[in-house]
Amino acid sequence: MEKQDFKAVMEVKDLFFTYPGVSEPTLKKNNLTIYKNKITALIGPSGCGKSTLLRAMNRIHDLYPGCEYKGKIDFLNPQSGKMENLLELRKENELIGLRQRVGMIFQRPTPFPMSIYDNVAYGLKLSGLKNKSELDGRVEKALKDAAIWKEAKDRLKDSALGLSGGQQQRLCIARSVALKPEVLLFDEPTSALDPISTSAIEELITELKKDITVVIVTHNMQQASRLSDYTTFMYLGDIIEFNKTEKIFVNPSVKLTEEYITGRFG
Amino acid sequence: MGANLFRNLSFFSATLSFFLLVGIFAVLFTYAQQSMQEFGFDFLLTEEWEADEDDEGGIFGGYIPIIGTLLSTLIAMTIATPLAMGIAIFLTEIAHDKIVKPFSIAIELLAAIPSIIYGMWGLFYFAPIVQLTIGGNGVGLLTAGIVLAIMVIPYMAAITRDSMNTTPDVLKESAYAMGATKFEVIKDVVMPYSKGGIIGSIILSLGRALGETMAVAFLIGSIMSIPKSITDPTTSIPVLLANNFAEAQDLEISSMYYLALILFVVSFAIISVAKFYFLGRNK
Amino acid sequence: MNRLVLNKVVLVLSTLSAFIGIGFLFWILITLAYKGMAGLSFSLFTKDLVEGGIRNLLVGQFTMALMATAIAVPLGVMAGIYLREYGEESKMTSVIRNLSDVMTSAPSIVIGVFVFALLVEPFGTFNGWAGVVALAIMMVPIIIGTTDNMLALVPKELREAGIALGGSKKQVILQIVLKAAKVGVTTGILLSFARIIGETAPLLFTSANNQFFSMDLTDQFPSLTVSIYNLATYPDEASRQLAWSAAFVLTAIVLFINLVGRYVTRHKQ
Ligand SMILES: Nc1ncnc2c1ncn2[C@@H]1O[C@H](COP(=O)(O)OP(=O)(O)O)[C@@H](O)[C@H]1O
Ligand SMILES: [Mg+2]
Repeated sequence: MEKQDFKAVMEVKDLFFTYPGVSEPTLKKNNLTIYKNKITALIGPSGCGKSTLLRAMNRIHDLYPGCEYKGKIDFLNPQSGKMENLLELRKENELIGLRQRVGMIFQRPTPFPMSIYDNVAYGLKLSGLKNKSELDGRVEKALKDAAIWKEAKDRLKDSALGLSGGQQQRLCIARSVALKPEVLLFDEPTSALDPISTSAIEELITELKKDITVVIVTHNMQQASRLSDYTTFMYLGDIIEFNKTEKIFVNPSVKLTEEYITGRFG
Repeated sequence: MGANLFRNLSFFSATLSFFLLVGIFAVLFTYAQQSMQEFGFDFLLTEEWEADEDDEGGIFGGYIPIIGTLLSTLIAMTIATPLAMGIAIFLTEIAHDKIVKPFSIAIELLAAIPSIIYGMWGLFYFAPIVQLTIGGNGVGLLTAGIVLAIMVIPYMAAITRDSMNTTPDVLKESAYAMGATKFEVIKDVVMPYSKGGIIGSIILSLGRALGETMAVAFLIGSIMSIPKSITDPTTSIPVLLANNFAEAQDLEISSMYYLALILFVVSFAIISVAKFYFLGRNK
Repeated sequence: MNRLVLNKVVLVLSTLSAFIGIGFLFWILITLAYKGMAGLSFSLFTKDLVEGGIRNLLVGQFTMALMATAIAVPLGVMAGIYLREYGEESKMTSVIRNLSDVMTSAPSIVIGVFVFALLVEPFGTFNGWAGVVALAIMMVPIIIGTTDNMLALVPKELREAGIALGGSKKQVILQIVLKAAKVGVTTGILLSFARIIGETAPLLFTSANNQFFSMDLTDQFPSLTVSIYNLATYPDEASRQLAWSAAFVLTAIVLFINLVGRYVTRHKQ
């Protein structure tokens, strides 16, 4: 195994997370490492806290006041090479900066009510890019990276809402990729899509990992085993097992994991 | 009561709105005939409103009340729109859940207060302030416009809030997830998403303001003269009707029916556009 | 950073507008309470307008509003039933639905003018019936709208279950569907009542006003709102005081009915 294999981008350390108005923490003492240019899958029965954990990684929870974090999520600063706790970010511009570095794709495609081009250029414009030709270049590159350039290139000015579900989802990926994020978080990105669109997205995610570290929540065991390098099994807010995907699927060390993977519950 | 009778009765009731609408139009049109034949469309641009000595004829033109209606509405909308948008934004995107409820109730209560109360309050408490700070003698276009604004704000804010609330959370979250600020999310996602509803609520409020009588009646000054400045007194269609309709006769009252017809048709058009084109109530 | 400042500015301005809105509510309510309560006394409610009280005005206003409700509720509810239960989403149904929706926002002064032409001019005198009809015309479309919307919320399965048990369409509508929508429909009626009881414009030249106690709907009829309009513009202090007290009582009634309606929807549904 190459050494690079083990370079951590994000380290979740003893993380507790509590929703506002809820007495018990939803995430309990979670520990997890996200490795660079790898795909890490989060699996587990519905309601176990997968989305909650994912949404801590870009602090999107903070949109709703009253959420409480305890513990650390260290995030690699590529300039200094040091790990910095992203839970310590307070100021709005720090959070904005974090979200530009950690992108997120949702269960249902979320095209903005604007043209295809504007959807992809949106994040770039927010981050201050104004130069038209540079924008054009970045948009084209992102659409190509997200494997939707062919379908979109003749209708860049059309509303994004006219695309099919699968195309919309790839557009959303392109939109995030355009910002050149270090990490991309996917929350069940294919659960609303048909099988053909699903495999297109899976292929795309595998392509993306050359440049980007991926964390993906999925309820589809095959998808987790096909796609990911590492798998995390969660249950009732606990991380039960975290390991290489082959290990988890072939020879899990915890009985609960095995029962879940073989479909005996969940 | 037989099943058929019940069905027929309910059908009859359902057609009532239609007949009311047609009836109102027909009645206003009929009674306005005398004036329409006398003045035609020149009515709209004629400034005079004067009866002859013998009270039989005279010259009656709708220009002043029409202008007064349009200007007071314009002032009201100019003030109300940004404030109502602000309130809707506050209620949907800024306020904490715990604050949203009392604020929403307050806004809806504000909308429930009878318009005569706004007028009376405006006359005794707001007109003096306008007089002191801006000038004029208190009552006039500006005061009427401002109080009219205060009146339509809660109405506009409530409809705008409802349509902004239809923006799915994930859509907003995905904009935040790209590093957008709250304002950017509102401007680029929430507003475009609920555009139809927002424009609809503005137009609907415009319809309200045009037809509002009591709040304006206390405040516009009720004088048949063209305002030279924004604080000058003038009149509006509803106010002219409210104050002079019952005493008018012959050609004058026919001219008032003419004005009522204009108001009715314009309101009908505006409200229809708002409801069916923008608010998509055509379900 | 520029966009962060812009963001802050917009958020502050929005918050400010909300507080301005609330500020006006309190300003209006506080002046109303302050000015209105000064003239509040027992005799206010036992004397008629001629003697400086509002007894006849309250009775008159309520009489007209209640009569209007008695006319508008059966018509409005039946129309709502037709639109939702019998209309079958035909073109005509949607036209009627839209027209009555537009009627909800028709200028109330125009309705006054219309009723004047129909019920005042031919008889040569202002009369209570004209006021009643004007208010009913304002109320019907509102009730049609809420009934229609509330019936739409009743699940289809409930109707099917009723039919499956051998009920006729009419029985199912009256005994099951309407019952299921009862709270919503009642609230709608309550709120539209609150709306018309505060109306002035449609009464100005229909019922007009009466200084004396009267239950004769064929003659000029006492109205609280029309009196407020008249009294407030009189120059003497006593009239103005009476106007404030009447305005206070009117607002209290309207807001109270609104709060009750709100409470009912929240707790009984
Ligand atoms: N906004 C919230 N407030 C309170 N509890 C929540 C909230 N969102 C989710 N939960 C609870 O947290 C738990 C984990 O939810 P989630 O992370 O969405 O599960 P998963 O994505 O694994 O299906 C669930 O029990 C859910 O009910
Ligand atoms: Mg989830």
